[in-house]
Amino acid sequence: MNWETVIGLEVHVQLATKTKIFSGASTAFGAAPNTQACAIDLAMPGTLPVVNQQAIDYAIMFGLAIDAEISKTSVFERKNYFYPDLPKGYQTTQLEKPIVGRGTVAVQLADGSSQSVRIHHAHLEEDAGKSLHEGNFRHGMSGIDLNRAGTPLIEIVSEPDMRNSQEAVAFAKKLHSIVTSLGICDGEMSQGSMRFDVNISVRPQGTTELGTRTETKNLNSFKFMEEAIHLEVERQIDLIEDGGTVLQETRLYNGETRTARSMRSKEEANDYRYFPCPDLLPVVLSDQRIETLRSNLPELPDARQARFIEQYQLSPYDANILGADTSMAGYFEQATAKSGNAKLTANWVTGELSARLNADNLSPDNSPVSAEQLAALIVRIADSTISGKMAKEVFEGIWAGEGDADQIIEARGLKQVSDSGALEAMVDEVLAANQSMVEDYINTDPDKRKKKLGGFMGQIMKASKGQANPQQVSQILAQKLSEML
Amino acid sequence: MHNLTIAELVEGLKNKAFSSTEVTQYLLTRIKSLDTEFNAIITVTEAEALKAAQAADQRLAQGDAPALCGVPLVHKDIFCTHGVRTSCGSKMLDNFIPPYNATVIENFQHSGAVMLGKSNMDEFAMGSSNETSFYGPVKNPWSTDCVPGGSSGGSAAAVAARLAPGATATDTGGSIRQPAALCGVTGLKPTYGRVSRWGMIAFASSLDQGGPMARTAEDCALLLNCMASYDSKDSTSVDRSTPDYSAHLNASLKGLRIGVPKEYFSEGLDPDTEQAVRAALTHYENQGAQLIEISLPNTALSVPAYYVIAPAEASANLSRFDGVRYGYRCDNPQDLQDLYCRTRAEGFGEEVQRRILIGTYCLSAGYYDAYYGKAQQVRQLIKQDFVNAFEKVDLIMGPTCPSPAFKFGSKGNDPVAMYLEDIYTISTNLAGLPGMSVPCGVVEGKPVGLQIIGNYFDEARMLNAAHQYQQVTDWHKLAPEGIQ
Repeated sequence: MNWETVIGLEVHVQLATKTKIFSGASTAFGAAPNTQACAIDLAMPGTLPVVNQQAIDYAIMFGLAIDAEISKTSVFERKNYFYPDLPKGYQTTQLEKPIVGRGTVAVQLADGSSQSVRIHHAHLEEDAGKSLHEGNFRHGMSGIDLNRAGTPLIEIVSEPDMRNSQEAVAFAKKLHSIVTSLGICDGEMSQGSMRFDVNISVRPQGTTELGTRTETKNLNSFKFMEEAIHLEVERQIDLIEDGGTVLQETRLYNGETRTARSMRSKEEANDYRYFPCPDLLPVVLSDQRIETLRSNLPELPDARQARFIEQYQLSPYDANILGADTSMAGYFEQATAKSGNAKLTANWVTGELSARLNADNLSPDNSPVSAEQLAALIVRIADSTISGKMAKEVFEGIWAGEGDADQIIEARGLKQVSDSGALEAMVDEVLAANQSMVEDYINTDPDKRKKKLGGFMGQIMKASKGQANPQQVSQILAQKLSEML
Repeated sequence: MHNLTIAELVEGLKNKAFSSTEVTQYLLTRIKSLDTEFNAIITVTEAEALKAAQAADQRLAQGDAPALCGVPLVHKDIFCTHGVRTSCGSKMLDNFIPPYNATVIENFQHSGAVMLGKSNMDEFAMGSSNETSFYGPVKNPWSTDCVPGGSSGGSAAAVAARLAPGATATDTGGSIRQPAALCGVTGLKPTYGRVSRWGMIAFASSLDQGGPMARTAEDCALLLNCMASYDSKDSTSVDRSTPDYSAHLNASLKGLRIGVPKEYFSEGLDPDTEQAVRAALTHYENQGAQLIEISLPNTALSVPAYYVIAPAEASANLSRFDGVRYGYRCDNPQDLQDLYCRTRAEGFGEEVQRRILIGTYCLSAGYYDAYYGKAQQVRQLIKQDFVNAFEKVDLIMGPTCPSPAFKFGSKGNDPVAMYLEDIYTISTNLAGLPGMSVPCGVVEGKPVGLQIIGNYFDEARMLNAAHQYQQVTDWHKLAPEGIQ
């Protein structure tokens, strides 16, 4: 039987506010445990929450970016459960009246087609702290770090509109692109700034009824998400084909072992006893506040991609890659402004630069090669000072901190020989030294002669130690040979 | 000296008739000698009090003294006090020393008031008799085999026994007004949002409100002037300027329209208490006020609605007491479940556990709509009753409690009988309205209270009415036997 996979996502996005959603404590990542947890975050008796208005604005901005309904009145509720990293014994979140209602996200797939994923809603909530079971805790004790407790999140809940892992990953990447373009999330996946819960079910191809779903929680990379989906789809299909049934359960994926296990079944699920938080008033938004945010919305990926095609005549492929990431886009535009050559700059940014950045896990913002430096390099390629091949060597030099392109070209003597007199002499020398090749060329059928040129080129470039301007050489060579016919 | 009101103390301190150190030392000594019997005060902060009194005396000498400079007060042990144990009457917080002050405490510090100590209370403010305190019951100074009321029984008893001229208290369903009535003192629960809840340990967040207790309405006005403030740290605090509550105390009551709800004079009201309340109403008529019979038809629903909403909120508010970060922790927990279960079973008393269970049940899947949802609807009806009434009247008056103070243990086995103690006070909390209790008689040797309910933020009018009543009556001046 052929199976169809049905996937829906719940995406937790950490908002890039300076302080927490209900307290003035810092949200900066990486501080010593419990140094960024104030009395409110510790749920000390008598403390009270006050909503961070920046978090509200960020949630509204997300809603506007996906063309969603913004609730004029949204309500924080308490989700009750006991866990040591949840200091109040309840999480303050939204349920009945979330701040962002239905919207849609347009997703571009690798094959060039596009798809629309519906957003059911997005709500504001606070993050929990972290329980640390492994590592340095003696006597089998666990440690609790409440630095993350109270970090503002929006949870984005999609409809089950995706049919395979590629679509799910493309959707997740698009959300990443939107929230980073908006500047409401730093997008640092490795720090948990975006985390995905994936709801997966399968059903016989052609049927419409949804199968029983499982939820695989807390995936914090696109790669893990893809792997976890494959694993779970396979597990469900095997299970059903072997005569079993899928149980509704929450599963946990382990990226190291590439395995998943059941965390809890539906029967074990908590009764969260949601009710409106009496310490917080409903969040009431004025039209003016929403409209001000709308008019100040930064450029979104789709608009930027369209502009790149229009303004720089980029291919849709390049525009998609460059437009998706705000800092990549910024880098590209900055470099293009200096280089004056959008196509070549796009090639270098999406090619060499991206590869090096990815290899070293860096973002364009902290690239060792600045946009200005790359532009200067591109100028030297465009004006034929160096060949593309030499340019890679120069790029490595800039990356290593040896200086700007011109300095490295000079220091390493990489300047391309474009002096036509010198090149003619070089060509003459090679032709003279290879009489048999010349005769062979002359005796070859005219329409097959072109193929023979490569041999001469190789000899000439070798003689010039790669510094000869290949375009010029090829012209001179063609000229000289035709004179010999 | 212990019979001086706050107004008289302020005057005497200003005129150098006595120093704050003298008054403070005098009351500390008095607490030491008398409170072994009443148990009104859990923690006496002698050293801090004397230090604050000295500082107050300096400011008084310099002539830049703020409003309550040098006035000694007692604070309910529900208000967090920086560096001073704040127990909330519970074993759970017996070892809890807050690293911050409640806004109310801050306000009094800015006002120069001196804290004598922290007063006893029902555990987590859950109770109407002060019998649920981990620190033992408070005895009613009028009759030591009777309860002082609750939950602010320690504050009420301290003021009644002249251990302090005034005290802070909190009121979730009657916890200021009922003990004020049972101990013969004047107490005021302000409009919800008038007094900051920051640092006030939560029982039921949508109902809790701090307020003053003293021997006169005039003193309550002085305390409320200091206590009330807009506080950006409390999202439910109302951003509204605070009037001078002392300014209108002497306004005439001529033409004042007083609503008398018939539901407050029905079955269950002790006849002698009724008589005392009716006599008080006659005083108002004599001062030119007009009595208008009104109906608050949903009054009977207030107790059941309250005992869904308050425990529901409490069940979540008290989840933070888990033995993980502060407060009581059971010995040798075997695992997480054991830590939670034994910490909470050992740290909370019976009534607190009962209410957590009720609240948890009411919010559970399948019961939410029938209980919590329905109770919220009832709450709207009750609020609407008052809104309708205040279209026709300026104030509402009736009894604070159905009867005078009852004996210890007499309602201990019947929680519902205890809950009915708050039948007249609970609906104002549900509506968010201000309410007051003023001594208006003595029944079987024990005081009873007249309740005055005002419209939203109309505390000044309530205090005016109470003060005018106290100009023509002496009930508020009576002291328990052996106290005078």
